[in-house]
Amino acid sequence: MTAALHLDAVGALMRRALNELLRVPGAAIPGVLAPSLFMLGLTGAFGELTELRGFETDSFLSFILPVSLVQGATFAGAATGVNLARDIEIGWFDRLLAAPTPRPALLAGIVLSASLRSLLPITGVLVLGLALGANWPGLGGLVVAVGLAFAFAAVAASWTVGLALRFKTQAAAPLMQASMFVAVLFTTSYAPQEVLTGWLATVARYNPVTRIVEGVRQGFVGEVTWAETWPALAVLVVLLVLMAAFALRGLRHAGD
Amino acid sequence: MTQASVGQSLRVVGALARRSIDQTFRRPQFLAPILLFPTLLLAINVGGAGRAVDLPAFPDVGGFLDFQLAASTLQATMLAAVSGGVALALDFELGFNDRLLAAPIPRVAIIAGRLAGTATMGAVAAVWFLVLGLVFGAEIVGGPAGALMVIALSALSAAAFGGLGAALAVRSGQASVVQGTFPLAFVILFLSSAFFPQELMQEPASTAAAYNPLSFIVEGLREPVLYGISGETILEGLGGIAVVGVVGVVATALAMRARLRAA
Repeated sequence: MTAALHLDAVGALMRRALNELLRVPGAAIPGVLAPSLFMLGLTGAFGELTELRGFETDSFLSFILPVSLVQGATFAGAATGVNLARDIEIGWFDRLLAAPTPRPALLAGIVLSASLRSLLPITGVLVLGLALGANWPGLGGLVVAVGLAFAFAAVAASWTVGLALRFKTQAAAPLMQASMFVAVLFTTSYAPQEVLTGWLATVARYNPVTRIVEGVRQGFVGEVTWAETWPALAVLVVLLVLMAAFALRGLRHAGD
Repeated sequence: MTQASVGQSLRVVGALARRSIDQTFRRPQFLAPILLFPTLLLAINVGGAGRAVDLPAFPDVGGFLDFQLAASTLQATMLAAVSGGVALALDFELGFNDRLLAAPIPRVAIIAGRLAGTATMGAVAAVWFLVLGLVFGAEIVGGPAGALMVIALSALSAAAFGGLGAALAVRSGQASVVQGTFPLAFVILFLSSAFFPQELMQEPASTAAAYNPLSFIVEGLREPVLYGISGETILEGLGGIAVVGVVGVVATALAMRARLRAA
Protein backbone atom coordinates (compact mmCIF):
# COMPACT_ATOMS: atom_id res chain seq x y z
CA MET A 1 0.00 0.00 0.00
CA THR A 2 2.73 2.44 1.03
CA ALA A 3 4.81 1.49 -1.99
CA ALA A 4 1.82 2.17 -4.22
CA LEU A 5 1.42 5.60 -2.63
CA HIS A 6 5.07 6.35 -3.27
CA LEU A 7 4.67 5.28 -6.88
CA ASP A 8 1.67 7.61 -7.12
CA ALA A 9 3.88 10.47 -5.91
CA VAL A 10 6.55 9.59 -8.49
CA GLY A 11 3.89 9.49 -11.20
CA ALA A 12 2.40 12.81 -10.11
CA LEU A 13 5.79 14.54 -10.26
CA MET A 14 6.44 13.08 -13.71
CA ARG A 15 3.01 14.24 -14.92
CA ARG A 16 3.71 17.72 -13.56
CA ALA A 17 6.97 17.93 -15.51
CA LEU A 18 5.27 16.73 -18.67
CA ASN A 19 2.41 19.20 -18.15
CA GLU A 20 4.99 21.96 -18.22
CA LEU A 21 6.01 20.79 -21.68
CA LEU A 22 2.41 20.64 -22.89
CA ARG A 23 1.50 24.05 -21.46
CA VAL A 24 4.68 25.82 -22.56
CA PRO A 25 5.76 23.88 -25.65
CA GLY A 26 8.16 26.66 -26.57
CA ALA A 27 10.25 25.75 -23.52
CA ALA A 28 11.16 22.43 -25.17
CA ILE A 29 12.42 24.03 -28.37
CA PRO A 30 15.92 24.98 -27.17
CA GLY A 31 16.49 21.43 -25.91
CA VAL A 32 15.80 20.04 -29.38
CA LEU A 33 17.28 22.92 -31.34
CA ALA A 34 20.64 23.17 -29.58
CA PRO A 35 21.87 19.57 -30.14
CA SER A 36 20.48 19.60 -33.69
CA LEU A 37 22.31 22.81 -34.52
CA PHE A 38 25.44 21.49 -32.88
CA MET A 39 25.27 18.35 -35.03
CA LEU A 40 24.65 20.26 -38.27
CA GLY A 41 27.17 22.99 -37.51
CA LEU A 42 29.98 20.62 -36.62
CA THR A 43 29.28 18.46 -39.66
CA GLY A 44 29.43 21.50 -41.95
CA ALA A 45 32.62 22.79 -40.35
CA PHE A 46 34.57 19.67 -39.42
CA GLY A 47 33.16 17.15 -41.91
CA GLU A 48 36.52 16.75 -43.66
CA LEU A 49 38.14 15.43 -40.48
CA THR A 50 37.09 11.91 -41.49
CA GLU A 51 39.92 12.03 -44.05
CA LEU A 52 42.34 11.73 -41.15
CA ARG A 53 43.62 8.26 -40.35
CA GLY A 54 41.83 6.79 -37.33
CA PHE A 55 38.20 7.50 -38.21
CA GLU A 56 36.11 4.35 -38.52
CA THR A 57 33.64 6.03 -40.86
CA ASP A 58 33.71 8.51 -43.72
CA SER A 59 30.45 10.08 -42.51
CA PHE A 60 31.13 12.75 -39.89
CA LEU A 61 27.37 13.15 -39.47
CA SER A 62 27.15 9.50 -38.34
CA PHE A 63 30.11 10.07 -36.02
CA ILE A 64 28.71 13.20 -34.36
CA LEU A 65 24.99 12.27 -34.24
CA PRO A 66 25.44 10.05 -31.14
CA VAL A 67 27.17 12.94 -29.35
CA SER A 68 24.13 15.10 -30.05
CA LEU A 69 21.87 12.35 -28.68
CA VAL A 70 23.82 12.37 -25.42
CA GLN A 71 23.82 16.17 -25.45
CA GLY A 72 20.05 16.23 -25.90
CA ALA A 73 19.75 13.98 -22.86
CA THR A 74 21.99 16.25 -20.78
CA PHE A 75 20.04 19.35 -21.82
CA ALA A 76 16.89 17.67 -20.54
CA GLY A 77 18.73 16.90 -17.32
CA ALA A 78 20.01 20.46 -16.98
CA ALA A 79 16.53 21.85 -17.63
CA THR A 80 15.25 19.72 -14.75
CA GLY A 81 17.82 21.22 -12.40
CA VAL A 82 17.01 24.78 -13.51
CA ASN A 83 13.27 24.13 -13.07
CA LEU A 84 13.88 22.76 -9.58
CA ALA A 85 15.93 25.86 -8.71
CA ARG A 86 12.96 27.95 -9.86
CA ASP A 87 10.59 25.86 -7.71
CA ILE A 88 12.90 26.39 -4.73
CA GLU A 89 13.02 30.14 -5.37
CA ILE A 90 9.24 30.52 -5.51
CA GLY A 91 8.71 28.30 -2.46
CA TRP A 92 6.84 25.49 -4.21
CA PHE A 93 9.51 22.96 -3.33
CA ASP A 94 9.14 23.72 0.39
CA ARG A 95 5.55 22.54 0.17
CA LEU A 96 6.71 19.38 -1.55
CA LEU A 97 9.20 18.74 1.26
CA ALA A 98 6.41 19.12 3.81
CA ALA A 99 4.42 16.33 2.10
CA PRO A 100 4.55 12.83 3.65
CA THR A 101 6.55 11.47 0.72
CA PRO A 102 10.00 9.91 1.20
CA ARG A 103 12.86 11.89 -0.31
CA PRO A 104 13.96 9.06 -2.65
CA ALA A 105 10.47 9.04 -4.17
CA LEU A 106 10.67 12.81 -4.72
CA LEU A 107 14.03 12.38 -6.42
CA ALA A 108 12.79 9.47 -8.54
CA GLY A 109 9.85 11.54 -9.77
CA ILE A 110 12.02 14.49 -10.74
CA VAL A 111 14.78 12.40 -12.33
CA LEU A 112 12.49 10.05 -14.26
CA SER A 113 10.63 13.04 -15.67
CA ALA A 114 13.98 14.22 -17.08
CA SER A 115 14.52 10.88 -18.79
CA LEU A 116 11.04 11.01 -20.24
CA ARG A 117 11.59 14.59 -21.33
CA SER A 118 14.87 13.61 -23.02
CA LEU A 119 12.95 11.47 -25.52
CA LEU A 120 11.94 14.68 -27.27
CA PRO A 121 15.46 15.88 -28.23
CA ILE A 122 16.61 12.29 -28.77
CA THR A 123 13.81 11.69 -31.28
CA GLY A 124 14.30 15.08 -32.93
CA VAL A 125 18.05 14.62 -33.39
CA LEU A 126 17.66 11.03 -34.60
CA VAL A 127 15.01 11.87 -37.20
CA LEU A 128 16.99 14.86 -38.47
CA GLY A 129 20.30 13.00 -38.60
CA LEU A 130 18.90 9.94 -40.34
CA ALA A 131 16.97 12.13 -42.79
CA LEU A 132 20.21 13.89 -43.69
CA GLY A 133 21.99 10.63 -44.42
CA ALA A 134 23.52 9.36 -41.18
CA ASN A 135 24.09 5.60 -41.14
CA TRP A 136 21.15 3.51 -39.93
CA PRO A 137 22.41 1.80 -36.75
CA GLY A 138 20.09 -1.21 -37.05
CA LEU A 139 17.34 -1.97 -34.57
CA GLY A 140 19.80 -3.23 -31.97
CA GLY A 141 22.01 -0.18 -32.35
CA LEU A 142 19.02 2.10 -32.09
CA VAL A 143 17.76 0.44 -28.90
CA VAL A 144 21.21 0.61 -27.32
CA ALA A 145 21.71 4.25 -28.35
CA VAL A 146 18.30 5.47 -27.17
CA GLY A 147 18.44 3.38 -24.01
CA LEU A 148 21.86 4.70 -22.98
CA ALA A 149 20.94 8.32 -23.75
CA PHE A 150 17.61 7.93 -21.92
CA ALA A 151 19.39 6.61 -18.82
CA PHE A 152 22.13 9.25 -19.05
CA ALA A 153 19.43 11.94 -18.79
CA ALA A 154 18.72 10.55 -15.31
CA VAL A 155 22.42 10.89 -14.41
CA ALA A 156 22.45 14.49 -15.67
CA ALA A 157 19.22 15.30 -13.84
CA SER A 158 20.53 13.85 -10.55
CA TRP A 159 23.66 15.97 -10.83
CA THR A 160 21.78 19.20 -11.63
CA VAL A 161 19.16 18.49 -8.95
CA GLY A 162 22.03 18.17 -6.48
CA LEU A 163 23.41 21.51 -7.67
CA ALA A 164 19.97 23.17 -7.49
CA LEU A 165 19.53 21.96 -3.90
CA ARG A 166 22.97 23.23 -2.98
CA PHE A 167 22.77 26.70 -4.58
CA LYS A 168 18.97 27.18 -4.36
CA THR A 169 18.98 29.73 -7.20
CA GLN A 170 18.53 29.80 -10.95
CA ALA A 171 21.80 31.73 -11.10
CA ALA A 172 23.43 28.29 -10.89
CA ALA A 173 22.06 27.47 -14.35
CA PRO A 174 25.35 28.26 -16.17
CA LEU A 175 27.16 25.90 -13.81
CA MET A 176 24.66 23.13 -14.55
CA GLN A 177 24.88 23.67 -18.30
CA ALA A 178 28.65 24.14 -18.40
CA SER A 179 29.37 21.06 -16.31
CA MET A 180 27.24 18.88 -18.60
CA PHE A 181 28.80 20.52 -21.67
CA VAL A 182 32.25 19.63 -20.37
CA ALA A 183 31.28 16.09 -19.34
CA VAL A 184 30.02 15.24 -22.82
CA LEU A 185 32.50 17.12 -24.98
CA PHE A 186 35.67 16.26 -23.04
CA THR A 187 35.37 12.80 -24.55
CA THR A 188 35.95 11.30 -27.98
CA SER A 189 33.11 13.55 -29.13
CA TYR A 190 34.94 15.17 -32.08
CA ALA A 191 37.31 12.42 -33.09
CA PRO A 192 38.41 8.88 -32.16
CA GLN A 193 40.83 8.54 -29.26
CA GLU A 194 43.89 8.11 -31.52
CA VAL A 195 43.12 11.36 -33.37
CA LEU A 196 42.72 13.50 -30.24
CA THR A 197 45.68 15.66 -29.27
CA GLY A 198 47.24 17.07 -26.11
CA TRP A 199 45.42 17.18 -22.82
CA LEU A 200 42.06 16.28 -24.37
CA ALA A 201 43.45 12.90 -25.40
CA THR A 202 44.33 12.21 -21.74
CA VAL A 203 41.09 13.59 -20.30
CA ALA A 204 38.96 11.68 -22.82
CA ARG A 205 40.79 8.45 -21.99
CA TYR A 206 39.83 8.72 -18.30
CA ASN A 207 36.49 10.54 -18.61
CA PRO A 208 33.86 7.88 -17.84
CA VAL A 209 31.37 9.60 -20.16
CA THR A 210 33.62 8.56 -23.09
CA ARG A 211 32.42 4.99 -22.56
CA ILE A 212 28.81 6.15 -22.81
CA VAL A 213 29.46 8.20 -25.97
CA GLU A 214 31.23 5.19 -27.52
CA GLY A 215 28.39 2.91 -26.48
CA VAL A 216 25.80 5.16 -28.08
CA ARG A 217 27.96 5.62 -31.18
CA GLN A 218 28.87 1.99 -31.97
CA GLY A 219 25.85 1.17 -34.16
CA PHE A 220 26.25 4.34 -36.23
CA VAL A 221 29.88 3.68 -37.17
CA GLY A 222 30.04 -0.13 -37.12
CA GLU A 223 28.68 -3.21 -35.39
CA VAL A 224 27.05 -3.28 -31.97
CA THR A 225 29.14 -5.47 -29.69
CA TRP A 226 28.91 -6.54 -26.07
CA ALA A 227 32.52 -5.41 -25.61
CA GLU A 228 31.49 -1.79 -26.37
CA THR A 229 28.14 -2.05 -24.59
CA TRP A 230 29.00 -3.40 -21.15
CA PRO A 231 31.51 -0.65 -20.23
CA ALA A 232 28.82 1.93 -21.10
CA LEU A 233 26.27 0.13 -18.93
CA ALA A 234 28.73 -0.24 -16.04
CA VAL A 235 29.69 3.45 -16.14
CA LEU A 236 26.03 4.40 -16.32
CA VAL A 237 25.16 2.39 -13.21
CA VAL A 238 28.10 3.78 -11.23
CA LEU A 239 27.37 7.37 -12.26
CA LEU A 240 23.68 6.98 -11.51
CA VAL A 241 24.40 5.66 -8.01
CA LEU A 242 26.93 8.44 -7.29
CA MET A 243 24.78 11.26 -8.66
CA ALA A 244 21.64 9.99 -6.97
CA ALA A 245 23.57 9.89 -3.68
CA PHE A 246 24.70 13.49 -4.29
CA ALA A 247 21.12 14.59 -4.97
CA LEU A 248 19.71 12.66 -2.00
CA ARG A 249 22.27 14.25 0.28
CA GLY A 250 21.04 17.64 -0.93
CA LEU A 251 17.43 16.58 -0.39
CA ARG A 252 18.16 15.49 3.18
CA HIS A 253 19.56 18.93 3.97
CA ALA A 254 16.98 20.80 1.90
CA GLY A 255 14.80 21.76 4.84
CA ASP A 256 17.72 22.98 7.01
CA MET B 1 23.60 70.27 -30.04
CA THR B 2 25.77 72.55 -27.90
CA GLN B 3 29.18 71.56 -26.59
CA ALA B 4 27.74 71.39 -23.05
CA SER B 5 24.94 69.05 -24.07
CA VAL B 6 27.38 66.82 -25.98
CA GLY B 7 29.52 66.63 -22.84
CA GLN B 8 26.48 65.79 -20.75
CA SER B 9 25.41 63.07 -23.18
CA LEU B 10 28.88 61.56 -23.11
CA ARG B 11 28.78 61.53 -19.30
CA VAL B 12 25.45 59.68 -19.46
CA VAL B 13 26.86 57.20 -21.97
CA GLY B 14 29.90 56.69 -19.73
CA ALA B 15 27.77 56.16 -16.63
CA LEU B 16 25.49 53.67 -18.40
CA ALA B 17 28.50 51.86 -19.91
CA ARG B 18 30.07 51.52 -16.44
CA ARG B 19 26.76 50.20 -15.09
CA SER B 20 26.59 47.71 -17.95
CA ILE B 21 30.11 46.43 -17.26
CA ASP B 22 29.47 46.24 -13.50
CA GLN B 23 26.32 44.21 -14.16
CA THR B 24 28.24 41.76 -16.32
CA PHE B 25 30.98 41.19 -13.77
CA ARG B 26 28.60 41.00 -10.80
CA ARG B 27 26.25 38.43 -12.29
CA PRO B 28 27.80 35.10 -13.23
CA GLN B 29 24.86 34.29 -15.50
CA PHE B 30 25.95 37.21 -17.72
CA LEU B 31 29.71 36.69 -17.60
CA ALA B 32 29.81 32.88 -17.87
CA PRO B 33 28.43 32.62 -21.41
CA ILE B 34 30.77 35.36 -22.67
CA LEU B 35 34.06 33.83 -21.60
CA LEU B 36 33.38 30.35 -20.25
CA PHE B 37 31.59 28.76 -23.21
CA PRO B 38 33.97 30.06 -25.92
CA THR B 39 36.93 29.00 -23.78
CA LEU B 40 35.55 25.51 -23.32
CA LEU B 41 34.75 25.24 -27.01
CA LEU B 42 38.25 26.47 -27.87
CA ALA B 43 39.76 23.78 -25.67
CA ILE B 44 37.55 21.10 -27.21
CA ASN B 45 38.07 22.27 -30.79
CA VAL B 46 41.84 22.35 -30.43
CA GLY B 47 42.09 19.00 -28.65
CA GLY B 48 39.45 17.33 -30.80
CA ALA B 49 40.18 18.72 -34.24
CA GLY B 50 43.82 19.77 -33.80
CA ARG B 51 45.01 17.21 -36.33
CA ALA B 52 43.05 19.10 -39.00
CA VAL B 53 46.25 20.98 -39.81
CA ASP B 54 47.54 17.65 -41.23
CA LEU B 55 44.87 17.74 -43.95
CA PRO B 56 46.63 18.41 -47.27
CA ALA B 57 44.44 21.41 -48.16
CA PHE B 58 44.66 23.09 -44.75
CA PRO B 59 46.34 26.53 -44.97
CA ASP B 60 49.86 26.92 -43.62
CA VAL B 61 49.38 28.06 -40.01
CA GLY B 62 51.43 27.98 -36.82
CA GLY B 63 48.97 25.60 -35.19
CA PHE B 64 45.27 24.88 -34.83
CA LEU B 65 45.14 26.94 -31.61
CA ASP B 66 46.45 29.98 -33.52
CA PHE B 67 43.76 29.37 -36.14
CA GLN B 68 40.94 29.01 -33.57
CA LEU B 69 41.68 32.10 -31.46
CA ALA B 70 39.75 34.39 -33.83
CA ALA B 71 36.72 32.09 -33.76
CA SER B 72 36.63 32.12 -29.95
CA THR B 73 37.04 35.89 -29.84
CA LEU B 74 34.23 36.42 -32.32
CA GLN B 75 32.02 33.95 -30.48
CA ALA B 76 32.63 35.82 -27.23
CA THR B 77 31.71 39.15 -28.84
CA MET B 78 28.44 37.66 -30.11
CA LEU B 79 27.63 36.26 -26.70
CA ALA B 80 28.54 39.62 -25.11
CA ALA B 81 25.96 41.13 -27.45
CA VAL B 82 23.33 38.59 -26.38
CA SER B 83 24.14 39.25 -22.72
CA GLY B 84 23.95 43.00 -23.32
CA GLY B 85 20.58 42.57 -25.03
CA VAL B 86 19.29 40.44 -22.15
CA ALA B 87 20.41 43.06 -19.61
CA LEU B 88 18.77 45.85 -21.65
CA ALA B 89 15.53 43.87 -21.88
CA LEU B 90 15.65 43.28 -18.11
CA ASP B 91 15.94 47.05 -17.68
CA PHE B 92 12.68 47.37 -19.63
CA GLU B 93 11.02 44.59 -17.61
CA LEU B 94 12.03 46.22 -14.31
CA GLY B 95 11.04 49.72 -15.43
CA PHE B 96 14.56 51.18 -15.23
CA ASN B 97 14.53 52.21 -18.88
CA ASP B 98 11.13 53.89 -18.49
CA ARG B 99 12.73 56.18 -15.90
CA LEU B 100 15.64 56.84 -18.27
CA LEU B 101 13.22 57.63 -21.11
CA ALA B 102 11.47 60.15 -18.86
CA ALA B 103 14.80 61.77 -17.88
CA PRO B 104 16.16 64.79 -19.80
CA ILE B 105 18.81 62.79 -21.63
CA PRO B 106 19.05 61.89 -25.33
CA ARG B 107 17.45 58.51 -26.01
CA VAL B 108 20.38 57.49 -28.13
CA ALA B 109 22.52 57.68 -24.97
CA ILE B 110 20.52 54.83 -23.39
CA ILE B 111 21.44 52.48 -26.24
CA ALA B 112 24.93 53.94 -26.74
CA GLY B 113 25.72 53.37 -23.05
CA ARG B 114 24.77 49.72 -23.32
CA LEU B 115 26.73 49.32 -26.58
CA ALA B 116 29.81 50.97 -25.06
CA GLY B 117 29.63 48.40 -22.27
CA THR B 118 29.27 45.59 -24.81
CA ALA B 119 32.22 46.95 -26.82
CA THR B 120 34.33 46.94 -23.66
CA MET B 121 33.40 43.32 -23.08
CA GLY B 122 34.46 42.62 -26.67
CA ALA B 123 37.87 44.13 -25.93
CA VAL B 124 38.12 42.15 -22.69
CA ALA B 125 37.30 38.95 -24.60
CA ALA B 126 40.02 39.66 -27.17
CA VAL B 127 42.61 40.25 -24.44
CA TRP B 128 41.48 37.07 -22.67
CA PHE B 129 41.88 34.89 -25.76
CA LEU B 130 45.15 36.48 -26.87
CA VAL B 131 46.66 35.90 -23.43
CA LEU B 132 45.25 32.38 -23.33
CA GLY B 133 46.73 31.72 -26.77
CA LEU B 134 50.16 33.01 -25.75
CA VAL B 135 50.11 30.95 -22.55
CA PHE B 136 49.33 27.77 -24.50
CA GLY B 137 51.90 28.30 -27.22
CA ALA B 138 50.22 30.37 -29.94
CA GLU B 139 52.20 33.06 -31.70
CA ILE B 140 50.86 36.48 -32.68
CA VAL B 141 52.77 37.07 -35.90
CA GLY B 142 51.52 40.67 -36.10
CA GLY B 143 53.18 41.45 -32.75
CA PRO B 144 51.83 44.10 -30.36
CA ALA B 145 50.34 46.09 -33.25
CA GLY B 146 48.55 42.96 -34.45
CA ALA B 147 47.24 42.31 -30.94
CA LEU B 148 45.93 45.88 -30.69
CA MET B 149 44.26 45.44 -34.07
CA VAL B 150 42.51 42.28 -32.85
CA ILE B 151 41.34 44.05 -29.68
CA ALA B 152 40.00 47.02 -31.66
CA LEU B 153 38.19 44.83 -34.19
CA SER B 154 36.76 42.71 -31.40
CA ALA B 155 35.40 45.79 -29.59
CA LEU B 156 33.84 47.09 -32.81
CA SER B 157 32.35 43.66 -33.58
CA ALA B 158 30.82 43.47 -30.11
CA ALA B 159 29.25 46.91 -30.53
CA ALA B 160 27.89 45.96 -33.96
CA PHE B 161 26.37 42.70 -32.71
CA GLY B 162 25.20 44.59 -29.63
CA GLY B 163 23.07 46.73 -31.94
CA LEU B 164 21.19 43.61 -33.03
CA GLY B 165 20.73 42.53 -29.41
CA ALA B 166 19.55 46.01 -28.47
CA ALA B 167 17.04 46.06 -31.34
CA LEU B 168 15.54 42.80 -30.12
CA ALA B 169 15.52 44.01 -26.51
CA VAL B 170 13.81 47.30 -27.38
CA ARG B 171 11.30 45.60 -29.69
CA SER B 172 10.32 42.78 -27.31
CA GLY B 173 11.15 44.23 -23.89
CA GLN B 174 11.55 40.62 -22.73
CA ALA B 175 14.83 39.08 -21.60
CA SER B 176 13.65 35.56 -22.47
CA VAL B 177 13.14 36.56 -26.12
CA VAL B 178 16.68 37.93 -26.38
CA GLN B 179 18.08 34.91 -24.51
CA GLY B 180 16.36 32.71 -27.09
CA THR B 181 18.77 34.00 -29.75
CA PHE B 182 21.69 32.33 -27.92
CA PRO B 183 21.63 29.20 -30.17
CA LEU B 184 21.24 31.45 -33.21
CA ALA B 185 24.65 32.96 -32.48
CA PHE B 186 26.14 29.46 -32.82
CA VAL B 187 24.28 28.75 -36.06
CA ILE B 188 25.49 31.92 -37.76
CA LEU B 189 29.01 31.26 -36.52
CA PHE B 190 28.99 27.67 -37.79
CA LEU B 191 27.88 29.01 -41.18
CA SER B 192 31.03 31.13 -41.41
CA SER B 193 34.71 30.30 -41.79
CA ALA B 194 35.22 30.83 -38.04
CA PHE B 195 36.04 27.24 -37.10
CA PHE B 196 37.45 25.84 -40.33
CA PRO B 197 38.81 27.18 -43.63
CA GLN B 198 35.92 27.88 -45.99
CA GLU B 199 37.41 25.79 -48.81
CA LEU B 200 37.45 22.74 -46.54
CA MET B 201 33.90 23.09 -45.25
CA GLN B 202 31.09 20.85 -46.47
CA GLU B 203 28.16 22.10 -48.51
CA PRO B 204 25.88 23.96 -47.95
CA ALA B 205 27.87 25.46 -45.07
CA SER B 206 30.76 26.31 -47.40
CA THR B 207 28.60 28.42 -49.74
CA ALA B 208 26.90 30.14 -46.80
CA ALA B 209 30.32 30.93 -45.35
CA ALA B 210 31.46 32.55 -48.59
CA TYR B 211 28.77 35.27 -48.23
CA ASN B 212 28.43 35.45 -44.44
CA PRO B 213 29.70 38.82 -43.12
CA LEU B 214 31.02 36.94 -40.09
CA SER B 215 33.54 35.19 -42.34
CA PHE B 216 35.01 38.58 -43.26
CA ILE B 217 35.05 39.69 -39.63
CA VAL B 218 36.73 36.50 -38.42
CA GLU B 219 39.35 36.64 -41.16
CA GLY B 220 40.08 40.23 -40.08
CA LEU B 221 40.57 38.99 -36.51
CA ARG B 222 42.62 36.00 -37.66
CA GLU B 223 45.04 37.65 -40.07
CA PRO B 224 47.08 39.62 -37.46
CA VAL B 225 47.54 36.42 -35.42
CA LEU B 226 48.46 34.09 -38.29
CA TYR B 227 50.27 36.25 -40.82
CA GLY B 228 50.53 39.87 -39.61
CA ILE B 229 48.49 42.96 -40.45
CA SER B 230 47.09 43.01 -43.97
CA GLY B 231 45.24 46.15 -45.07
CA GLU B 232 42.92 44.33 -47.42
CA THR B 233 41.75 41.71 -44.89
CA ILE B 234 41.33 44.33 -42.16
CA LEU B 235 39.23 46.47 -44.50
CA GLU B 236 37.08 43.46 -45.38
CA GLY B 237 36.68 42.79 -41.66
CA LEU B 238 35.63 46.39 -41.07
CA GLY B 239 33.21 46.03 -43.99
CA GLY B 240 31.62 42.99 -42.34
CA ILE B 241 31.35 44.90 -39.06
CA ALA B 242 29.80 47.86 -40.89
CA VAL B 243 27.12 45.63 -42.47
CA VAL B 244 26.16 44.14 -39.11
CA GLY B 245 26.38 47.56 -37.40
CA VAL B 246 24.15 49.36 -39.92
CA VAL B 247 21.50 46.65 -39.68
CA GLY B 248 21.68 46.89 -35.87
CA VAL B 249 21.41 50.69 -35.75
CA VAL B 250 18.48 50.83 -38.17
CA ALA B 251 16.65 47.98 -36.43
CA THR B 252 17.19 49.60 -33.00
CA ALA B 253 16.00 53.00 -34.22
CA LEU B 254 12.85 51.47 -35.71
CA ALA B 255 12.21 49.43 -32.55
CA MET B 256 12.65 52.48 -30.32
CA ARG B 257 10.28 54.51 -32.48
CA ALA B 258 7.67 51.75 -32.31
CA ARG B 259 8.06 51.47 -28.53
CA LEU B 260 7.72 55.23 -27.96
CA ARG B 261 4.65 55.38 -30.21
CA ALA B 262 3.04 52.53 -28.32
CA ALA B 263 3.77 54.18 -24.94
